[in-house]
This record gives sequence, structure tokens and C-alpha cells, in this order.
Amino acid sequence: MNGKMEYKIQTENLDLWYGNFHALKGVGISIKPRMITAIIGPSGCGKSTLLRCFNRMNELIPGVRIAGRLLLDGRDIYSSGMGLTQLRKRVGMVFQRPNPFPLSVFDNVAYGPRVHGICRGAALEEAVEAALRATALWDTLKDKLHTPAPTLSAEQQQRLCISRLVAVEPEVLLMDEPCSALDPIATERIEELMRLLAERYTIIIVTHNMQQAARVSRETGFMLLGELVEFGPTVGIFKNPSDKRTEDYVTGRYG
Amino acid sequence: MEKQRQFDKELDDLKKKLVHMAALAETMIDSGLTVLVRRDLGPAAKVRQYEQEVNRLEIEIDEAALTLLATQQPVARDLRFIVAATKINGELERIGDLCINITQNSETLLKEPPLKPLIDIPHMADLARKMVRDSLDAFIAGDPLLAQAVIMADDRVDALKDQVLREVLTYMIADPRTIERGLALILISRHLERIGDHSVNIAEDVIYMTQGRDVRHPKTPKQRPPESEL
Repeated sequence: MNGKMEYKIQTENLDLWYGNFHALKGVGISIKPRMITAIIGPSGCGKSTLLRCFNRMNELIPGVRIAGRLLLDGRDIYSSGMGLTQLRKRVGMVFQRPNPFPLSVFDNVAYGPRVHGICRGAALEEAVEAALRATALWDTLKDKLHTPAPTLSAEQQQRLCISRLVAVEPEVLLMDEPCSALDPIATERIEELMRLLAERYTIIIVTHNMQQAARVSRETGFMLLGELVEFGPTVGIFKNPSDKRTEDYVTGRYG
Repeated sequence: MEKQRQFDKELDDLKKKLVHMAALAETMIDSGLTVLVRRDLGPAAKVRQYEQEVNRLEIEIDEAALTLLATQQPVARDLRFIVAATKINGELERIGDLCINITQNSETLLKEPPLKPLIDIPHMADLARKMVRDSLDAFIAGDPLLAQAVIMADDRVDALKDQVLREVLTYMIADPRTIERGLALILISRHLERIGDHSVNIAEDVIYMTQGRDVRHPKTPKQRPPESEL
């Protein structure tokens, strides 16, 4: 356990099969805390599959088989001692399409704290405000806390989904193409938000937008056909990648 | 107030490093001239120390610029700024090298009594230093008029270099024992003139950066004729 604590998440020889399809092949990645790590790669390379392993979301898919180890703060998340609810609270996910519940703004953010029994009453109101402030939504929405969340703009909905996660005080935020449904200006603002959140949370973003990975992340992994081809500082990946396949991909010569 | 974007902060850092580098270059010109005019070897060590610093900055700035190009996909004025920064970086490094040369030639001169009172060379040094400063100020302020003024100032430095050459030649012709000292003075004036040229290059980069207008080599035809017509 010691020596691994400098990493928030580590995988060792992680393999995953969807039925007969070998989707992750011996992936070993070490994610450092409180920074943004990006996973890039072409469609079908396994990047979203890897991301979903980090909070055990793949188990919902029938026929999935997983081998290898996946450690959160040095503890195996597939071991019996780790409750799934507790894991999902610590490791939250933001999806491609904003998916607010068909509830009010307030109830969306209050949902997690209520479920986990974190707080209620005045404390709950404070928690909701703090979570909305964390994503810079409070000033715009403080007088609209009871409007239905689905009526917000796409960017606001995505911010709201991030607030909803932040409200349960997670440690890791997983983001799967969080900006692909947003226009460039909204994308830039979400990227700024991510940089801000990275001061407190470990963020892992999956994207096929290489430019976004280059802009926001400190470390980047490149995946191809289920393998982690290269992993290291983002600057290195985009300035002087060590694997030819990485270079071909980031220069747009893949395939 | 809009929060400053991370990218803008990094551009600012790049700017600050170049300003620092230019300040070192100015001090190096001064120190080199002190060796020559005051006949004091003391500042030579400072010139050499600063040159190391300038070389270090050159690498740092190139590295930072390359990182920004690789990770931020800059376009339009941001792109022109970063490209200008890398070119200015190279010019300042060359200016640092020339200051080393000036210092070395000055050290040679100190081995013998002065050949003549120095008037034009200190004047050239003042002009050259001002050109370095103004070209960098123009870069920082994005001021094409100031850049244009730097380009105009170069004629004066060139003229002074010719004047030094003519004057020193008369000494050398009259008495061959003055040739070594005479050559050192001619070389120093040549180095100062080159510092002016590098400042002009910086000024031209500033004009391109601010206005997107390429003012280099005004007499070069825009397009070479096809091979068949050559």
C-alpha cells in the first residue's frame, strides 16, 4: 500500500472483455491526485471503457469480464471491502450529454446529499449553494432554484451536473466527452471550470478532441485498440511523443 | 472582472521573460562599454555571467513557446505573438553574443595605451542600447510606430560605424603600430552596428505581429520568376 499513495488511481494489468471482445489489454496507468489527466484515442480504443472501470460502471453491461487490479488510494475497488455506493460517491461521473434529473435545480443538487444522508435543512441549503458556487452557477440561478433543470441551457445543465457531483464531496471526477454537446465558448468556460476544480479534485477526462486534451490536462494517455500506448506529461505527448503511433494520431495521420 | 485565462497568463510569462532578457542585454552593452571607456576590467565578469543567463533564457523561452504552440492551438494575434517571441528570443541571444565580442575586443585594447579619445563609439553604444530598449517596448506595447522609429534610427548607427572606420584607418595608415588597437575599435563599432541590426529585426517582427504586414527586405521581388525564365 505504501508508495502507491502518491497516486489517486492506479490500474495494474487491467483486462476487460465484452463477451469475446477484448476491450482493455493489460492497461497499467497511474493517475496523480488533484490534476487533470486526459485519455485520448480514436473511437473504440477503449478510453471510455477504462474511464467506466474507475467507478465500476461497466458491471451494468451483461457479459463483461474484468481481470487485473484497480486501486483507489492504494485499495482495490473490486475487493469485497469497498461498497459500490461509497465508491460512486467518491468517484463521480459527468457524461457527454448533460443528464439533469427532471427535477428543480435545487433538488438536482440536493439529491446526492439527501441520498447519502450527508445533511438536511439549513445545512443542505448551504451545501447546495456551495456546490452551485463551485461551478459558477449560483449568481445566475440563485433566484431560479425551483425552475426545472431541463429548461436550462446545455452549458448550465452540464455545470449543474458537475454541481450535483460536487455536492456529495467526491474525490475524483470522471468526465466522458463533457463538452461535445457544447459550443466553443461554452466549451472554453467549462475548461476554465475544470482547471479550477482540479485544485480540489482529481479529474480524468476522456475525449477525442485532442486539442481539448492538450489545453486542459497535465498528463495524457493515448489508447489504441484497447492498449495504453503512451502515458506521460501532456506537453511531451503533443511536442515529442515517444511512440510513433501516438505521433501519427496527434498529427492526424492515424488510419 | 473577467478572470484572466490560463493561456493569457502563460503569454504574459513569456513576455516577462523576454523583457528580462532585453534588460540583461542592455546592461551588457553598458558594461562592455565601461570596460572600454573607463579602462576597467571589472565589469567584464558581469558581461560573461549575464551572457550565461541570456543563453539559459533563450532555451526557456523557446521551450515555453513550443509548449504553447503544441498545447493551445494559438491563432491570429496569439499565434503572431508567439512566433514573434521566438524570433525576438533569437535576436536577443545574438545581441548577448555581440556584447561578449565587444568585451573581448575592449580587453585587448586595455593592454596598450588608448589610441584616441573615444567619442563616436560611446555614442553608437547609446543609440544601439536605445534601439534594443525601444524595440522591446514596441513589442510589449504592440506599438508599430515605435517599431518604425527603431528602423529609422538604424541609419544613424550605420553612419557612425562608417565614420569610425574612416577615422581609425587614418591612424592605422600613419602608424602600423596602431593596427591592432585600430582593428579592435573597428570591430567594436561593427558589433554595435550589428546590435542595431538585430533591434531592427525585432522591430520588423513587431510590425508583423501588430499589423500582419511584412516589412522585411522591401526590395526583394515578392515572387521569383519561374525556373524557365531564369
